[in-house]
This record gives sequence, C-alpha cells and structure tokens, in this order.
Amino acid sequence: MKIDVIVLNQSLRVTFDELCELCRVSREEINEMVEEGIISPRGPSRKNWLFHGYDVKRVQIALRLQRDLQVNLPGVAVIIDLLEELDQLRKAHGKRT
Amino acid sequence: MQYKDYYQILELERGASEEEIKRSYRKLARKYHPDVNKSLEAEAHFKEIGEAYAVLKDPEKRAAYDNLGSQWQEGQDFRPPPNWDAGFEFSGGPAFAGGEADFSDFFEELFGGLGGRPAAESYRSRFSSRGEDHHAKIAIDLEDSFHGTTRTISLKSTDIDRQTGRLVIRPHTLNVKIPQGVREGQRIRLPGQGGAGVGGGSRGDLYIEIVFNPHPLFRFDGRDIIYDLALTPWEAALGATISVPVLGGSVEMKIPANSQSGRKLRLKGKGIPGKPPGDQYVVLKVVIPRADTKKAKEFYKRMAEELPMNPRATAGN
Repeated sequence: MKIDVIVLNQSLRVTFDELCELCRVSREEINEMVEEGIISPRGPSRKNWLFHGYDVKRVQIALRLQRDLQVNLPGVAVIIDLLEELDQLRKAHGKRT
Repeated sequence: MQYKDYYQILELERGASEEEIKRSYRKLARKYHPDVNKSLEAEAHFKEIGEAYAVLKDPEKRAAYDNLGSQWQEGQDFRPPPNWDAGFEFSGGPAFAGGEADFSDFFEELFGGLGGRPAAESYRSRFSSRGEDHHAKIAIDLEDSFHGTTRTISLKSTDIDRQTGRLVIRPHTLNVKIPQGVREGQRIRLPGQGGAGVGGGSRGDLYIEIVFNPHPLFRFDGRDIIYDLALTPWEAALGATISVPVLGGSVEMKIPANSQSGRKLRLKGKGIPGKPPGDQYVVLKVVIPRADTKKAKEFYKRMAEELPMNPRATAGN
C-alpha cells in the first residue's frame, strides 16, 4: 500500500486554521499558546499567521503535558524550552558511543 | 496471558494507602512520560504505569485485583479463577490520563468488558470525534537517510469492532518510505494512519519521529555530520593529503600545514542530502607518538630544545 508522506520540516508552513485542525484544538487554545510564547507565528494579524512545522510538535507536546501530567500552560512553556535546550546539549556532546 | 504486578509497577507495598498510590503514580508518570523521557522503553512503561494506577486507585477494582492473591509474579503465566470478580461492581471504564487505551491482555481479560474506551476527560475529545493521533519512533542508520529507504513498522492499530461496537486493538504493518535527506528529530506525518474515529469521525494521524542509530564513524548535528580525523604531528605541521570517509565513499582531503588539534575543516555539501545539503565537518586531532623507547625520549628532548614554544601563554604574555 503506497502511503503519502508529509515531512514536517523547517520549510513547511501552516496557517492558524490548519494548525487547529492538525492538532485538534480550538482557536482559543492556540491563542493561549501563542500568548504564552509556546509557539511564535509570523504575520501581521491572525488571518495571516503562519506557523512552522515544528510548531505542530510543540503544540502536541503541550497538549500531552497538560493532559498526562496536569501541567498548566506557563509550566508547559518552561518545560518545552528546557527540553529543546537539553536536545541541543545532547547534540553538541556528540552521539558517538 | 501474563500476570501484571501492579504494585511492583508502581513501586508500592501491597498495603499502600490511596495517598501513597497517587503520589507514586504522579512521580513515576513524570519520570516516564515519553515527552520527558527519551529512552525507547519510556512510552511502554508509561502506559503500564497508567494501567496499574487505573486499577489500584479504584477501590472496587483494587479489591478484586487483591483477591487474586499475592503469590503471582510479574510476567508469570496466569488464568483468572472462575468467579474471581463475584461480589465486585466495576463502574464504567477506567478513567486515567494517558491518551488512548492500550491495555495489556491481563487488564483486558479482567477489567476490559466495561465499554472499552476510557472515560478520560481527554483535552481533545471535547472538540472532535476524530481518532487519536499515534506517535512512533523509528531508528535508522545515517546511510538510510543518505540513500532513502523503506521501513516496515508494526503498529497496534485501533479499530471499532463491527460486532461489539467496542474499540479493539489490531496489529498492523505498514511500509513507510523514508525520504532521502531526513534528519534526526524530524517527523513524518502519515495522514489517516492513527486511531479509529468514534461516531463516524475520521481516523487520526500517525507521526513517526526519526532517530539515528549511533554511527561508528560520524557524529551528527542537524544536517551536518562530523568526522574526527586523527593526524600525526608531521602531517599536521607539514600538511598532507588524507583520505577521509564521507557518506557514500571517501574523498582526498588537503590538510593545510600548521594545523592544530581542534581545527575544523569543512567538506561542503557532504552532509545529509537536501536543498541545501548539509556539510561534513572534519575535526582534526593530532596524536603524538608514544615516548616508550630511549630513542623516542631523546628525540622528544631534542625537539623541546630545537622547537621551543609555550602553549599555555595567553595573548599578550
């Protein structure tokens, strides 16, 4: 069975509505996450907002942390930043065994 | 099926209080949550913890579970005795955080006939009856990204059983084409390959995260790969042409004279393919011959006399 694959990389851009649809969240929740700084759209107004492919991942992580660990949104923002910092540090350290 | 020792999973004694159970669950859930814990077993462990909590936090289920006796070992072959749950009343499905139910056979057999789907106040289920998104990780080699490859993955896919209307879990294999030039941490989204929708809703999506297996020669950073090249002192001092491995073969690389350890040379476009392709960085490491023989020691002493230098001098000294 041939499956169409969509690679979520840096060049992918999604609109506000597409993001809501992809992550199954309300516009209000996306707005809250933008306010909290969890995701940063580009564009002069909500109608023109464009998000990165990796914003999709941040939204999904945010939802899981809220749902599974009862973290509030400000806490989620801190955690996601720390996770990304950890990732950078791990990479810089090198992966050789 | 195999017995599941829920007390062991939650690191509790059999007589643990409800407060202790809740505390232990919260601590372990934080520790093994797959977003926080990057080991490959984290997700399975997290689900196990959720299942154990679902049973032990509910007094009725816990009592019925305790009634099975404490002589069983985790993983031991197990059959529930007839009427093991006589006199116990389980109300509704287990409500616990952790997204879609993915219970063990043990749980399904003992507590599964209760409507199947968890009554969890899932953040997302308020807004849509679409199926849950699934997440998986695939470990590939650097060469797989260089050439592109096809991987077969087995998933536990959920479906609504036609006859019972319950959510059932069916194993499922997919052939996924991994595109050339995929990088670590990148995700591939397969639309409609996630969990079954409820009430006629569409299926969720499957997200596959790419993880690279450690490579014997290269380290990686985004699109770039890094190769550590060992040099002799004379190669570093006088310069040399050295054959350096790259993805897909090797290249002859000119090492400039007077290269110090740590110097980074760049092989443009020799990293992970793409638009633009990544680069390969070659990090130089000068290795000195051992001073084990009298001759070697004398040679070094002569070198100290003839090539004096102070590597610890700071600028301006």
